[in-house]
Amino acid sequence: MAERAELVAEQLTAGYGSVNALDQVSVSVASGSITAVLGANGAGKTTLLRTISGMLRPRSGRVTLDGAALRRRPEDVARAGIAHVPEGQGVITELTVEENLRLGLLLRPPGQRAAALADAYQRFKALADRRRQLAAALSGGERQMLAIARALLTGPRVLLLDEPSLGLAPKIVAQVMALVRELRDEGMAVLLVEQNARGALSIADHGVVLNVGRVVADADAAALAADVSLRRHYLGF
Amino acid sequence: MQEFVEFTLLGVSSGLVYAAIALSLVLIWRGTRVLNFAQGAMAMLTTYVALEVINGTGSYWLGFVVALAAGLVLGAVLERGVVRPVMAKPPMNAVIVTIGLLILIEGIAGIIFGAQYRSFPAAYSVSGIKVGSFSLGISPDDVFVAAAVLAAAAVLWLIFQYTALGLRMRATAFNPGVARLLGVRVGRVLTVGWALAGLFGALAGVLVSPTTFVYPNSMDAIFVLGFTAAVIGGLDSPLGAVIGGLILGIALSYVGGYLSSDLVNLFGLAVLVLVLMLRPSGLLSRAAARRV
Amino acid sequence: MTLLRHLIAAVVVAAIVAALSYRVGAYRDYQIAEVSAYVTAVAGLTVLIGLSGQISIGNGAFMAIGGYATALLLLHQHWPLAAVIAASTAAAAAAGGLVGVAAARLRGPYLAGATLLLAVAIPVSIADHWAGLFGGDQGLTVSVSTPAALAAEPTRYYAWLTTGVALISLVLLANLGRSRVGRSWRALRDDEVAAALSGLNVARLQVLAFVVSAASGGAGGALLAVVTGIASPGAYTLTLSVGLLVAAVVGGLGSLAGAVWGSLLYVFVPTYLSNVAASHGLNSGASSNIPIAVYGLVLVVVMLAFPSGIQGALRRLFGSVAPSAAVPLSSLRSLRRRRPASPHQPASPHQEESTL
Repeated sequence: MAERAELVAEQLTAGYGSVNALDQVSVSVASGSITAVLGANGAGKTTLLRTISGMLRPRSGRVTLDGAALRRRPEDVARAGIAHVPEGQGVITELTVEENLRLGLLLRPPGQRAAALADAYQRFKALADRRRQLAAALSGGERQMLAIARALLTGPRVLLLDEPSLGLAPKIVAQVMALVRELRDEGMAVLLVEQNARGALSIADHGVVLNVGRVVADADAAALAADVSLRRHYLGF
Repeated sequence: MQEFVEFTLLGVSSGLVYAAIALSLVLIWRGTRVLNFAQGAMAMLTTYVALEVINGTGSYWLGFVVALAAGLVLGAVLERGVVRPVMAKPPMNAVIVTIGLLILIEGIAGIIFGAQYRSFPAAYSVSGIKVGSFSLGISPDDVFVAAAVLAAAAVLWLIFQYTALGLRMRATAFNPGVARLLGVRVGRVLTVGWALAGLFGALAGVLVSPTTFVYPNSMDAIFVLGFTAAVIGGLDSPLGAVIGGLILGIALSYVGGYLSSDLVNLFGLAVLVLVLMLRPSGLLSRAAARRV
Repeated sequence: MTLLRHLIAAVVVAAIVAALSYRVGAYRDYQIAEVSAYVTAVAGLTVLIGLSGQISIGNGAFMAIGGYATALLLLHQHWPLAAVIAASTAAAAAAGGLVGVAAARLRGPYLAGATLLLAVAIPVSIADHWAGLFGGDQGLTVSVSTPAALAAEPTRYYAWLTTGVALISLVLLANLGRSRVGRSWRALRDDEVAAALSGLNVARLQVLAFVVSAASGGAGGALLAVVTGIASPGAYTLTLSVGLLVAAVVGGLGSLAGAVWGSLLYVFVPTYLSNVAASHGLNSGASSNIPIAVYGLVLVVVMLAFPSGIQGALRRLFGSVAPSAAVPLSSLRSLRRRRPASPHQPASPHQEESTL
């Protein structure tokens, strides 16, 4: 298993054009835990992940991994061991399932690749059955699994998941959440962005609630789930 | 019947030259969404380099190889030095930059090498092949031209399908943002794309120059035809580039053979105008014609 | 009152040029006339590219139409010069409408490619077909009778004539730029989808932009034919179209003042360069390629380093003191870099915010 990792985002401010989508947001996650990032549409959750993974340059603040500042470009962040599964999964539909997975493998040393791929097919049997099909032929749930499997193949210590349950049927959502819990139990640090706050809080250890780019709550998942007025105001249940 | 065979075979050979240019354009377009207007001029420059080597050393094949290598280098250098900085700006700027490169390269060639037409040797004999008394219309050199482009295209296909580099290139072409998130060094991939494009352009240059002679504007017409072939096949599709080249080459060959050689240029222009107006995204492309 | 301000500026410039033309010799008058002819054409092109966001590397073809129309009308009819120029402008405008309609669905490089074809096809067609009418490779001569008052100084007459037409065009274009049409063009340029969604008729605006730029090109071509005395295929090559583009880019896309800077450079720099080259012993073949190489280099360097051209640099140096008659600069997004630490907008979905 990988060594302990800690990802800390401090006072991030970022945005598009003249608007700041994030305003001094701080968030952290360590190995073997899930931090959920919650809030309504437009709260800045996706912007937060994009800023951490380097897709968007912050206007102020910094991101560190194990105390060391992260380099800015997404490819460098990925190589540092942080895998970002973007909103909409980011599955490359023109490639086959196996080609998508092999893309993830490129960050592994050549000697480990065959074994890692075999493990992935073990864990994600549905993908094994469809390995030669174009990713475009997969259903929403299968694409989500493919995106996560592909991200895992890069050998990350931190996983950034952007709305993995979006557009999926409840049964599939449950499978995805179960998978994320498994990964946490295996030692992964997971930053989980979700609109489905109830589902996210049911597996998370810690939670951060954003509203219009600012942090309005930062507490244990259990405490957040128990706070009825907070839930009603910001989380929709 | 003989005429038909002759025109068809000639069309295949010349069409594959257009396909080579079309492939360079597609390679660059897929990765960077830039149409390299300077592709023909780059090919002209590498052909001059080959000519200097051939005249200096007496070896055709050395010149051939040097041209291809020069194409690789020129493509990589231009991408890194000129195109990379302009990619961060609006797409209109990239269009203007490649047009600027086009005339800059042609101007430089004129200054260094002068405007006179120079002859370029063919690799093999240019006299027509006869099977018994049936003339095939093409020469051994035409066969070499077709074989060279097909071989290069086949190698490119193998690279795309079976190598890590090819996978990176395809991923970058389809979705560069996601490719980055998976650790692909997209910048390097784009440089390789331009280098390969430069190689294909250089190949087209040395293959076609025995017919066109070498002078600063010698690749202008071939560029327009290569662009037409790429548009026919769809700027996103390497296979489309080859098919588009073949279709165009054969069609032009029939027009020139059965109608009149004066009409060939006009016909080529007409085809381009038609395709641009009716289906600019090409026959094989999935994406719509991108906009500035 | 924008119109009044523009008219006053135009009158002032006209007076300056008139005074200047008395002091300088015939050759300089000729060059002033050339510059004004090009200003007319470049102004339309800079509006097309800078305001409506459509590229054309074929506006030399519209100059050709204007030039040949002028030559033909002067040869076969006895219309007053003003009517001839107006008719030539109209002919080019009509052609611009056709091109605009044909190209309405094209964007970016496809549009550039199509206009490139135009630039190449027109001179070739003129040279090869209907030689009886168009004079083939030799072209047609254009002779204009100078009014009695200036009979001794034809070049001064040309300078006044062309500058007058140029100023009229600039005033019209400036007003157009400030009008609702101009604002619609800018909206279209900045975000075509948003513009369409807010009810703008995108196709009609695009065609209109082509018509306007073609009209300017035609007027410029007519003037050039009068000044040089000839309309021939060799005068309207691809180099001309590219040269117009260079002038527009260097001056500053979308800026009418920029059209003036660009035209000045276009007329004066090549001769200067050729002289320098000749004095260094380069043979004429090589030295005639120097302007071409320089155009290319300028296009590349300007796009990389100074995308807003001369007028943009002036604006940055002098702030709002720069000429207000100029149409506001195109908001090429690189200008927004002036705001501290703000990431670029991706210009297309294909680019990401962090640079390569």
